[in-house]
Amino acid sequence: MSNTNADYYVPHSSHWPITATVAIFTMFVGGASFLNGGEVGVYILAIGLALFVYMLFGWFGTVIGESEAGTFNGQVDISFRMGMGWFIFSEVMFFAAFFGALYYARMYSVPWLGGEGSGAATNQFLWPEFATAWPLLQLPEAYAFSTFKETIGAWGVPFYNTMILLTSGATCTWAHWGLKIGSRKHLIAGLSVTVALGIIFVIMQAVEYGHAYNELGLTLNSGIYGATFFLLTGFHGFHVTMGTIMLATILGRCIKGHFTHERHFGFEACAWYWHFVDVVWIGLFIFVYWI
Amino acid sequence: MSEAAAHDHHDAQSTGLMRWLTTTNHKDIGTLYLLFSLTMFFIGGSMAMVIRLELFQPGLQFVDPQFYNSMTTMHALIMIFGAVMPAWTGFANWMIPIMIGAPDMALPRLNNWSFWILPFAFLMLLSTLFMPGGAPAGGWTMYPPLVLQTGDAFPYLIFAIHFLGASSIAGAINVIATVFNMRAPGMTLMKLPLFVWTWIITAFLLIASIPVLAGAVTMLLTDKYFGTAFFSAAGGGDPVMFQHIFWFFGHPEVYILILPAFGIVSAIIPTFARKPLFGYSSMVYATGAIAFLSFIVWAHHMFTVGMPLAGELFFMYTTVLIAVPTGVKIFNWVATMWRGSMTFETPMLFALAFVVLFTIGGFSGLMLGVTPVDFQYHDTYFVVAHFHYVLVTGAVFALMAGTYFWLPKWTGHMYNETLGKWHFWLSTISVNVLFFPQHFLGLSGMPRRIPDYAVQFSDFNMVSSIGGFIYGASQILFVVVVVKCIRGGKKATDQVWEGAQGLEWTLPSPPPLHSFTEAPDPSSITGGNR
Repeated sequence: MSNTNADYYVPHSSHWPITATVAIFTMFVGGASFLNGGEVGVYILAIGLALFVYMLFGWFGTVIGESEAGTFNGQVDISFRMGMGWFIFSEVMFFAAFFGALYYARMYSVPWLGGEGSGAATNQFLWPEFATAWPLLQLPEAYAFSTFKETIGAWGVPFYNTMILLTSGATCTWAHWGLKIGSRKHLIAGLSVTVALGIIFVIMQAVEYGHAYNELGLTLNSGIYGATFFLLTGFHGFHVTMGTIMLATILGRCIKGHFTHERHFGFEACAWYWHFVDVVWIGLFIFVYWI
Repeated sequence: MSEAAAHDHHDAQSTGLMRWLTTTNHKDIGTLYLLFSLTMFFIGGSMAMVIRLELFQPGLQFVDPQFYNSMTTMHALIMIFGAVMPAWTGFANWMIPIMIGAPDMALPRLNNWSFWILPFAFLMLLSTLFMPGGAPAGGWTMYPPLVLQTGDAFPYLIFAIHFLGASSIAGAINVIATVFNMRAPGMTLMKLPLFVWTWIITAFLLIASIPVLAGAVTMLLTDKYFGTAFFSAAGGGDPVMFQHIFWFFGHPEVYILILPAFGIVSAIIPTFARKPLFGYSSMVYATGAIAFLSFIVWAHHMFTVGMPLAGELFFMYTTVLIAVPTGVKIFNWVATMWRGSMTFETPMLFALAFVVLFTIGGFSGLMLGVTPVDFQYHDTYFVVAHFHYVLVTGAVFALMAGTYFWLPKWTGHMYNETLGKWHFWLSTISVNVLFFPQHFLGLSGMPRRIPDYAVQFSDFNMVSSIGGFIYGASQILFVVVVVKCIRGGKKATDQVWEGAQGLEWTLPSPPPLHSFTEAPDPSSITGGNR
C-alpha cells in the first residue's frame, strides 16, 4: 500500500499551546480577582491579554509559515476544514443558549408572570398588577432595575446594519472569486471593502449602545429585555470584531502575496466565519429588533 | 511535499518536563490525560470519603454543613470534568489513531492544548477551597439563586467551566477530524471498532452541548456581577429557565460520560467470549439513537419544578424511549456471550460487572423517568444510588476494564492478574455495599445533599459508609497494579489476548512513538465485529 501516512504533517513539539493556556489562565485569574473587588485584577488581566496576543502572533505565524513552505498536503487541509467547520457549529450552539433564553422569556416566563397558563397563582400573590408585554417595559419589581421607555427600533440603525453585513457577505464572496480567477487586485479590493464594512458595523453598534444607555435608559440592568438584548447583540458584536480582525489579517496576507487560486484555506475559514456572524445577525434582526 | 519535511519532524524530541509540556504525540498526550484523570479520581474520591465519614452517623460530627455542601459540589465537578471525561479523552488519544490506522491525531497541537487546559482549570477550581466564602456549595448543577450566594469562588467556578469547556470542544473537534479524515484505506465507517463509533457520537454530543453550558454559566456571571435578570423573576426572568438551559447540556453530558464505556465493553466481551460482537450495525444505530434522544429528554431532571402537563408527558415518554436502544445494547452483549468460549481475565470481569450493574442503574433510571414516580423520588438518595450505579459501576468500571485490557499494549508488560482479580472482587462487592442501600434510603425518604439525617436512616448509612471506605481503599490496589505494570512484569506479546481483534494488536507492545507511519495493509482490516 502507498506510504500516504508519512506525508501527513505531524508537527514538532510546540510551546504555543501551553503559552495559550497560561495566557488564558492569567486572564481568568485577573478577571476573577477584579470581579471580587481586587484592583490589581485589571493589571493581571492586561498581562494575560498581552501574552494571548503574543501567542496568537506566534502560533498563527508558525502555521502560516508552514503553510507557505508547502508543508500541508491535501489531507491536512481537510483536517483544518473539519476543525473550522465544527468550531463554527459550536459557536452556533453558544448563541443558541441565548436565543433559547429569549424565546423562553417571551413564550413562557413573562406570560406566566402575567398569570397565563400555570402562572395564575404567581401573578395573584406576588405581582398582581404585573401585565404581560414585550418588550417588557414594566418589570414586576421595577425599583430594582433601570427602567426604559422605548427600545431600539428595527428600521433605523439595525436595518442599515443588516444591509451593511449582507453587503459585506457579498463583497467577501466577490473577493473569493477574485482569488479563484487569480486576480489579486480584485481580491484585495473585495477584502478591503469587507473589512471596512465590518468596522462601520461595529462603530454603528457602539453608537447605538451609547444611545440606548444614555438616552433610552436601556441597559444590562433593564430586566429580561435588556439582558437578552445586550448579551445577544454584545456577543454578536464581539464576534464581528473578531471576524473583522481575522479578515484584516487575511487582507494583509493577500497583500503579501500569500494564497494560490486553488489553496487558500485561511481565506475560506475567515469567510465561513464571516458568513456565520452574518447569519446570526439575521436571527438577531428578526427576533430581537423586529418581531 | 518533500521527504525531508516528512522525516525531520520525526526526530526532534524535547526531553524532561518540556517534552510533556510541548508534546504533539497522541500517545504522550493520552498518557497525560490518563494520569491526570487518575489523580483527579483520587482527589474527588477523598471528598467522597469526607461525605461518607460525615454520614456514618446521624448528627454533625466532622465538618460543618457549608463545607459538606462544598464537598458534594466539588466531588461531582471533579469526578465529571476531571476524572471521567479526561479519562475518555485519554483512551481516545491512545486508541483512536491506532484503531483506525492513522499516524497521529488530525490536529496535534490542538490536542496538546486540550490537555494542558485541564491542570490549569482545576488549579482554579481547587484553589476555591481556600477562598473567603469557601468552595462552591450550591451543587454541581449551579442552580440560581442559590449559586449566586457563592463567595469569592464564584468567578473562578464560572471561568473554570469555560476553560474546561474549551478543552472538551477542542478535543471533540480533534476526534471528529481524526476519524473522518485519517482512516487508513479500507477502514470504512462500518468497519470501525465500536469504541471509535461511540467516541465520534460522543464528540458530536460535546460540540452541541458544551457551548450551551458555557452560555448558561455566562448568564449566571452577568446576573451576579452585571445586573442582568435572566434568572430573576423580579426582572421578568425565571430561575427555572436556568434549569432548562443547564439540562439541555446536562443530559447529553450523561451520555458523554457513558457512550465510550459502551464502546469499550463492546471490545472486551467479544475478545474473551471469542466470538464476533452480536449485532454490530445495530450497536452503531442504537448509539446514534441514544445520542439523538439525549437532546429531547432534559426536563426529566426537573419534573417537580412546575412544568405544564404536556411537558411532563413529553419528557416522560422520550425518557422511557431511551430504554429501547439501551436494551438493544444489553441484549447484544449477552447474545455475544451466548455459547462463547469464555475466560474471565480482569478486563472481562469488569466488563461483565458493567453489564449487570449498569443495567441496575438503567432500571432505576426508568423508575425515575416516570413522572408521577419521580415526584416521590426526586432529590432523595434513590437518585444518588441511580446515578452512581450508572457512573461508578457503569463509566468507572468500564474505565477499569479498558485500562486492564489495553495496559499490556501501552506498557509492554502484563499486569499482575492475581492483584487485578483482587481489585475487581473488592471493588465489586464494596461498591454494592456502598450504593445498594442508598436505594432503600431514598425510597424511605432520605434527602440528598444534607449532612445530617433522621435516626431511622442510621443503619443503612453506616453500611453504605463502610462499603464506601472499602471501595475507596481498594482503588489504591489499582494504582499498585498500574505502577507495577509500568515498571516491569512479563513481556506482553503483540496480540496480548488470544481472542483480540483489531489494528492495535498488530503493532508491537508498546507501540512505537509514531503509530502507523505507513498505512496498514487493507486486507488486515477485518472490522465490523467489535
